[in-house]
Amino acid sequence: GPPPGTTSQQQRIEKILVANRGEIACRIMRTAKRLGIRTVAVYSDADKDSFHVKSADEAVHIGPPPARLSYLNGSSIVEAAVRTGAQAVHPGYGFLSESSEFAQLVEDRGLTFIGPPASAIRDMGDKSASKRIMGAAGVPLVPGYHGSEQDVEIMRLEADKIGYPILIKPTHGGGGKGMRIVQSPNEFVDSFLGAQREAAASFGINTILLEKYITQPRHIEVQIFGDKFGNVLHLYERDCSVQRRHQKIIEEAPAPCVTDEFRTHLGQAAVSAAKAVGYHNAGTVEFIVDTKTGHFYFMEMNTRLQVEHPVTEMIVGQDLVEWQIRVANGEPLPISQGQVPLSGQAFTHGIELCHSCDVLFEFISKENINYFGHAFEARIYAENVLKGFLPATGVLHHYQPVPPSSTGNLFMLIHLRRILYSGCFLPAMLATLQFDIFYPILQLERVERNRIISTSHSHLSTSKPVSFIPLFASLFLLVLSFFYLTVRVETGVEQGDVVSMHYDPMIAKLVVWGENRAAALVKLKDCLLKFQVAGVPTNINFLQNLANHKAFEEGNVETHFIEHHKDDLFVDPNNKVIYEDAFSAARLGAKLVAACLCEKERSAMKESHSGDPSLLPIWYTHPPFRVNHHAQRTMEFEWENEYESSSSKPLMLSITYHPDGNYFIQIGENGAHILEVKASNLGNDNFIVEADGLTMNISLAVYTKGQIKHIHIWHGPHHLHFRQKLGLDLSDEDETQHKTSFETTSHPPGTVVAPMAGLVVKVLVEDGAKVEAGQPVLVLEAMKMEHVVKATSGGVVEGLKVGAGQQVSDGSVLFRVKVSHFEFGFWN
Amino acid sequence: NPAPCLIANPIHHLQTKHFSIGILPDGVNRSSDNFVQNSDAMERLLSDLQSHINKVLAGGGETAVKRNRSRYKLLPRERIDRLLDPGSSFLELSQLAGHELYEDPLPSGGIITGIGPVHGRLCMFVANDPTVKGGTYYPITIKKHLRAQEIAAQCKLPCVYLVDSGGAFLPKQAEVFPDKENFGRIFYNQATLSAQGIPQIALVLGSCTAGGAYIPAMADESVMVKGNGTIFLAGPPLVKAATGEEVSAEDLGGATVHCKTSGVSDYFAQDEIHGLALGRNIVKNLHLAGKQGMLSSSPPANLEFKEPLYDVKELRSIAPVDHKQQFDVRSVIARIVDGSEFDEFKKLYGTTLVTGFARIYGQPVGILGNNGILFNESALKGTHFIELCSQRNIPLVFLQNITGFMVGSRSEANGIAKSGAKLVMAVSCVKVPKVTIMIGGSFGAGNYAMCGRAFNPNFLFLWPNARISVMGGAQAAGVLSQIERANKKRQGIQWTSEEEDKFKAKVMEAYEREGNPYYSTARLWDDGIIDPADTRKIVGLCISASLNRPLEDTKYGVFRM
Repeated sequence: GPPPGTTSQQQRIEKILVANRGEIACRIMRTAKRLGIRTVAVYSDADKDSFHVKSADEAVHIGPPPARLSYLNGSSIVEAAVRTGAQAVHPGYGFLSESSEFAQLVEDRGLTFIGPPASAIRDMGDKSASKRIMGAAGVPLVPGYHGSEQDVEIMRLEADKIGYPILIKPTHGGGGKGMRIVQSPNEFVDSFLGAQREAAASFGINTILLEKYITQPRHIEVQIFGDKFGNVLHLYERDCSVQRRHQKIIEEAPAPCVTDEFRTHLGQAAVSAAKAVGYHNAGTVEFIVDTKTGHFYFMEMNTRLQVEHPVTEMIVGQDLVEWQIRVANGEPLPISQGQVPLSGQAFTHGIELCHSCDVLFEFISKENINYFGHAFEARIYAENVLKGFLPATGVLHHYQPVPPSSTGNLFMLIHLRRILYSGCFLPAMLATLQFDIFYPILQLERVERNRIISTSHSHLSTSKPVSFIPLFASLFLLVLSFFYLTVRVETGVEQGDVVSMHYDPMIAKLVVWGENRAAALVKLKDCLLKFQVAGVPTNINFLQNLANHKAFEEGNVETHFIEHHKDDLFVDPNNKVIYEDAFSAARLGAKLVAACLCEKERSAMKESHSGDPSLLPIWYTHPPFRVNHHAQRTMEFEWENEYESSSSKPLMLSITYHPDGNYFIQIGENGAHILEVKASNLGNDNFIVEADGLTMNISLAVYTKGQIKHIHIWHGPHHLHFRQKLGLDLSDEDETQHKTSFETTSHPPGTVVAPMAGLVVKVLVEDGAKVEAGQPVLVLEAMKMEHVVKATSGGVVEGLKVGAGQQVSDGSVLFRVKVSHFEFGFWN
Repeated sequence: NPAPCLIANPIHHLQTKHFSIGILPDGVNRSSDNFVQNSDAMERLLSDLQSHINKVLAGGGETAVKRNRSRYKLLPRERIDRLLDPGSSFLELSQLAGHELYEDPLPSGGIITGIGPVHGRLCMFVANDPTVKGGTYYPITIKKHLRAQEIAAQCKLPCVYLVDSGGAFLPKQAEVFPDKENFGRIFYNQATLSAQGIPQIALVLGSCTAGGAYIPAMADESVMVKGNGTIFLAGPPLVKAATGEEVSAEDLGGATVHCKTSGVSDYFAQDEIHGLALGRNIVKNLHLAGKQGMLSSSPPANLEFKEPLYDVKELRSIAPVDHKQQFDVRSVIARIVDGSEFDEFKKLYGTTLVTGFARIYGQPVGILGNNGILFNESALKGTHFIELCSQRNIPLVFLQNITGFMVGSRSEANGIAKSGAKLVMAVSCVKVPKVTIMIGGSFGAGNYAMCGRAFNPNFLFLWPNARISVMGGAQAAGVLSQIERANKKRQGIQWTSEEEDKFKAKVMEAYEREGNPYYSTARLWDDGIIDPADTRKIVGLCISASLNRPLEDTKYGVFRM
């Protein structure tokens, strides 16, 4: 326990510099703001107008867009902290968060590093060293080679000893960068050298370790927390098994299909691991669990706040950033391990207290079996799922995360229950009505729980539940609590922002909480449906497939989940049956889009032509008048779909304005099915549409890129994307720039374009060289990931003009393979 | 005991009493046999109309339309739709021009004309239909083109010509080339309209041969579409015949030649859609300062207006099957004007002509509607009313259902000719916008006094039940047979009653045919046949279009007193 009175002797943090960007910077600033701590943002040229800069009290420019010149430039960040008078630096995750040099630099300048001691970062940062320490501390390890000898040949011999498959891994860094799985000895050398190169590019250190590759593993990690008094506790585990490209996309807490006994062992191992390096502040101990044997092994420790920390926050009802700041301030951990609630435990105390209560409390006790419930986090990325999850860049022309009306919070629920015990019904009610209800309640909740838990150990009578709370009021609160869905969206971008090639393409984290796993999953699916992004391709559809997969629903997760279920998760462009279904949904979608666009145009007209008598409102009444016939118009859309990679499906729609204001819409020739649609504009591109006896809500996103108008529609479970060539349907501003160009953007056969924006790292063949199909031609690097660009077919390479070190933009032509027999091929 | 209540709240008492000033009664008895018969009859007439309209909407037939599409060309109505502000209305004129006029059908006279807004500015559109006889000009085509220019001149509407025409229809050159109101008049009008500051814009979307070449050449600004648009005085075959030079149409008079070298055209369009977009842009850039002082920018229009209290569709049940039957024009007015509010002028005097003030889509109008034969008093009342409206700049709406002026000794002695002349003088000289709708018969001098075609109404439309002739068929047959009988008698020829009946039937048959609205509309004696239910809408659009010009002072001639 902490020595009494320590906290008051510390210099308290009043201003924090957040050495990060994006959602995590915003997340940290939010907690700081709530605690009354001022914040300083740092930004590169690319982030001048980004959300994290706007969220801070002050902001300091630290350099050009490339991370190594800005967010990885420790000295200029520390300089910024000194200049703005910040007492502490929070590194977030990524960038400098696991740089012991940076942590040291911060401390050397007399500032507080909100994170673990530099020594612990160093110990855990070197994966070989950390394994040695862990082995000594009795934490189970995967068989492998963690030696300092880095010669390829020696490494190959070590690999033979361990047995294939082998995992090659840089000793520094994380996030799957530079990792390679080697199935057989003859692939070893190439992979090893690639991993070295990537490690050097990403982390500056190119040492590599080898490990036995577990074929059906689960990735389970434990959130630990330590204070400066040597106390370390764990906040249970997270399952982060579902990964693609070795990067997590859905995380959950607690881990499904895990026994309490296993959970306890895992937690204890994590605490031992942290204690072995003298850890304080937030950390995560990652374990690999062999699903075949049920053994778990220490993998690595992340000496920072993790991306997925919110799922833990959701189940334990704590704000980990607040804990980080408190610990950095020298305060003891706010609770002890025994006080960390596990499923159901917290409220059994509460129930005991309620000796004088009636049925209602019985009801609560039943419901509270899973008191802390279950939380999921889905990471929403700008990426091209079908092109192997390649990062995508672009403008977020439309960005509407889950509508705020459906987000509430878990703490509301916790608090409402607390109220029943404390009897302070009215003040609590008022508290819930406050603008920012999240954290005040969280705070109250924590204090309250500590009080109750402590009193429950000593005198039950001192905190008697107040029995005068009318039954109906309690019921009202309970009913109310069900309406407060528990959804968090952690994001660092706003509509109109650019997802740039310089940084991680994560757009947002969607975090949901439910009473149990099934309930949380229902919410996750619902929120994914409502999460609207247009402008850049995202993985939302893919996440939906994932969340809806039976094996995922059952909790049968493992790290190869996506690979094992790829037939269910990815669209098969050749599946005619699914294609027909999708096409008919697209036809309906196109009709609805047409109706909504007409309706939108109508309201726009109404606005622009009302109030000005010279603009002849009578000519703009709805529906437009025609002498002796109904006004008609045509619209042509191209359905942007996953089935036709080269060409897209054109849809010709004819819309007839019916005198009652409805639209009669058909696709194609006369005789095709005519859909009668009634649409009303709710504003902001939201519509209520009546068609075929169904009334539904529809959202549109419309934006123009070049000569193409893009229209996205969200209706029911569908999200469709259509393109429209710009013609006369331009707005006035667009029209002045109108240039019709019908030349297609498709390139001659054999042309290979950059699959993403990036840097050419290496060119493997010369222009004019003969290549085999699938032969690597050049290596691109983006988002610190290497992508090998291969020849699409056998032939002669032509027009290869790029060289190493050159920056290429998304879709730019790299080279062309000239062949007699041309075959289409895909990258991987 | 009501007394204390009255004293306590006299206002309340006043308010409870209903004063229905100006609100017209329903006037339609839905349960009567007449209502049902009239509705049925009108339904038949409308279904006839619809079948004729459907034919002309299809243009020059499937093959021609297909050929047009294969050249990436839109149909003329589609072209206009794309030029118009999205979702805006279009007042098409004389859809059935050329109806059964020539041996071959000539849908819509081979040219589409009408009014609609572009960037908030009303324009007159004149679009050749290349699917109809290659867009060549028949006599009626020219008449329709000239009529559009006439309206444009009256209403000061910028003209947008969508040119895609092979020029004059050569077999009928005598009827299209030489006369005053023939082909040449189109260019004369372009010049004089341009001189009046009325913009002339040509979009060359197809061929533009011979005389047609002058349409873009005479325009203030013109657009040419690459590939499809050609302008030349003589096409490649004629050039070869004349000079022996062999040249392709594109090289002879394509968009590149005319936009780059000759300067005949101003804007180069990659394709038709682009060309239409450029057309919209030209209108956008028309300077709108000239709009000051326009009738439409003066304060009258109420933006807030009420729909009529009664269903406009019931206008289809009012006109009687039998033309001899009179109906109360107020039941028509009640379904045309805002809130069915009609402030009747001189209600008790000269009751066969109903006059009064109302609003249509917020625009004030003075309405004259026939409720029987015109008597002395009716004519004087009409004259007075027109003078009132003229003084106040209120547009006039004539609802024609007239058999003529009263005849007979008493009427003549009262100077009916003099009274009629006063009305005709007023109708002729008044400078406010005039819109005429023929909702029933239009016979004899009644047609003139109620602003028939000769009296330059800005717009004139017919209901499908309308009849136009110098007198009724029966009366004409009676008059003619009397004269014939006298002739025969003089020649000493016996005329049997069968022969006389035959003679009468022939006359009546001719009158029936020539008095038919389709006969009228085919020859452009009007601007179109309309569904009665659209009357309110169309009158509203017509008035709005007519107000697009500066105020003019009315000056009358000598009124015979």
